[in-house]
Amino acid sequence: MNNVTILKIGETIIVPIQIDLHDAAAKSLQEDILKRIEKYGSKGLIIDVSAVEIIDSFLGRVLVETSKMAKLMGADTVIAGMRKEVVLTLLHLGLAMGDLKTALNIEEGLVLLSRQQGRNNEKSIR
Amino acid sequence: MKKVSDSLKINVEVMDQEDVIVVRQEIRQLMRGLGFSLMDQTRVVTAVSELARNIIVHAGQGRVEAYQVIDQHRIGISCIFTDEGPGIHDVQKALEPGFSTANSMGIGLGGAKNLCNEFDIESALGKGTKVTITEWLK
Repeated sequence: MNNVTILKIGETIIVPIQIDLHDAAAKSLQEDILKRIEKYGSKGLIIDVSAVEIIDSFLGRVLVETSKMAKLMGADTVIAGMRKEVVLTLLHLGLAMGDLKTALNIEEGLVLLSRQQGRNNEKSIR
Repeated sequence: MKKVSDSLKINVEVMDQEDVIVVRQEIRQLMRGLGFSLMDQTRVVTAVSELARNIIVHAGQGRVEAYQVIDQHRIGISCIFTDEGPGIHDVQKALEPGFSTANSMGIGLGGAKNLCNEFDIESALGKGTKVTITEWLK
């Protein structure tokens, strides 16, 4: 059980994390997100971390994992709004977040996703 | 380095994940009060999160203390993480990047070391582990 709102807008779900998540809450959020993707057949997922003050190895790993799982379910993930202090700390920590798509904010995230979906459609037409 | 008398600001018994959040928030608040930048707060509190999690994962429970320190012309903060868990067999190895045990994420200890100015660890098999980190105000 966690208290993070999951919003559905068209084929995208948006998850603004507004609270300090402990490990179990992060895992439970991951599960909720995947359930929603399954339920709505979402094509895009934006996790807004602009209010998140700390991303440590656990939360970092959960974000990377969630993105990979979402991809396997047919949804592209964008992590939006990561604070510069958090970015620098992740670099110090040596956590590889390489595969994650990121955007400055939710709006940019939506643009990125629509471009990505355009490319996906092109591929499927070919 | 001298511990500032009567300045034990934080003393939290860590028993579950909720306590890790409490420790993070209290140490951030203490650092903010001492004038640390947001960057320094974020970096050190991330280390604190890793080390407090280690207590829960490896020892089940323990304690986190933090206080202000002074050293000639500078002030800083020290945080001490103690547990009476199984201890670490090979401390040097545990600090290597990529070292991982079955139920942890594998960058906790070495990662935490990279995140703060000073890092000290004492561990005795069967007795427990004590990690001290210190960050100086620039």
